Amino acid sequence: MDELDRHLINRLQHGLPLVPRPWEALAEELDSQPELLRQRLQALLDDGSLTRFGPMFDIERLDGAFTLAALSVPEPRFEQVAAQLQALTEVAHNYRREHAWNMWFVLACETPGGIASTIRHIESMTGLPVLNLPKEETYHVGLHLPV
Amino acid sequence: MNQLDNSQQIELRRLLERGLPLTPRPYQHLAEQIGASEQAVLEQVRHWGEDGLFRRVGLVLHHRALGFRANAMLVMDIADERVDRIGEQLSRAPGINLCYQRPRRLPYWPFNLFCMVHGRERAAVQAHIAELLAQHDLSEVPHRLLFSTRAFKQRGGRFTATTEVAHG
Repeated sequence: MDELDRHLINRLQHGLPLVPRPWEALAEELDSQPELLRQRLQALLDDGSLTRFGPMFDIERLDGAFTLAALSVPEPRFEQVAAQLQALTEVAHNYRREHAWNMWFVLACETPGGIASTIRHIESMTGLPVLNLPKEETYHVGLHLPV
Repeated sequence: MNQLDNSQQIELRRLLERGLPLTPRPYQHLAEQIGASEQAVLEQVRHWGEDGLFRRVGLVLHHRALGFRANAMLVMDIADERVDRIGEQLSRAPGINLCYQRPRRLPYWPFNLFCMVHGRERAAVQAHIAELLAQHDLSEVPHRLLFSTRAFKQRGGRFTATTEVAHG
C-alpha cells in the first residue's frame, strides 16, 4: 500500500461524489487519473484490505433491525459455539472480547421479529442465555480510520 | 417520464447492495441493467441519500488487515440523567468512532454507554481512553475496556450493520 492508496482510502471514507463521472472528480481532487484510482480500489478489494465499496443501506430504514448481543461461552466450547453462529446468516459479525461475556456479535434481520426469533434459536442451539443490547440512543456514528 | 418505476427501484437497490460498479460512469452502467436513463438512476440514488437510506457511497475497511488491531469497546455505567449529556460529549471527542446508549441487564450487565475506539497499539488506546475519561471527569465511573482479540469472518455486508454497530 503506497501513498496514493492511503489517500484514496481516506478520501473514500467520506464518500464518492454523486455525479455521473465520480472518478474524474476524485482524480482531480487527488491529482491522479480516474482509471488508476479504479484499479487501485479494485486491488484493495481483491487483497482484502477493503471488504466493500458502495452505498450502505440503513437496514432500519428498510424495516429491518439490528442488535448487539453477547454470550458467555465456557472456554472448552468456544470454537464450537463460534462455528454455530458463523452458520447463521443473521450474524453479521462476531468478535471475541476479553470479558466474562466473551463472544460479541451483531444480528441483522430483515424484520424486528427476526431478532427475537434468532435469539431464541441461538439460546436453544447453544443452551446459553443471550445478552441482547439493542441501541436505545445513537450519539455518534462515524467510523473514519485514517490509514 | 424520467423516474424509476417500483420494480426498477427494487432492482437498482439490489444491484447497489452488491456494491457500486467500478466503471467510468457507474450510474450509466446500472441504468443499462435496469432499462433506465443515467440521470434517472443518479436522481434516485441522490434521493435515497437525502432521505437517509444510506449515508455515503463509501468503504468498508477490513480494519484489522489495515493494522487496526487494538480495538476496544469502552462500556460505562452512567447515571440515567447524565447519559445523554455524556454521550454527546464523548461523541465529539477525538478517537471515538461510535457511541451508543444500550440497556443495562442487571445483574448480568451493568453498563449503558458504549463507545468504540480503534487503534494500532493497545497501550496507546488504553492511554487515550484514560485521558478521555479524565478530561470528562469520568475516571470514577464504573467502566470496562473490552478489547477484541479475534474477529470471525464477516458476512458479505450489504447493510450498515457491518460498519456501524460495533465494529472491533
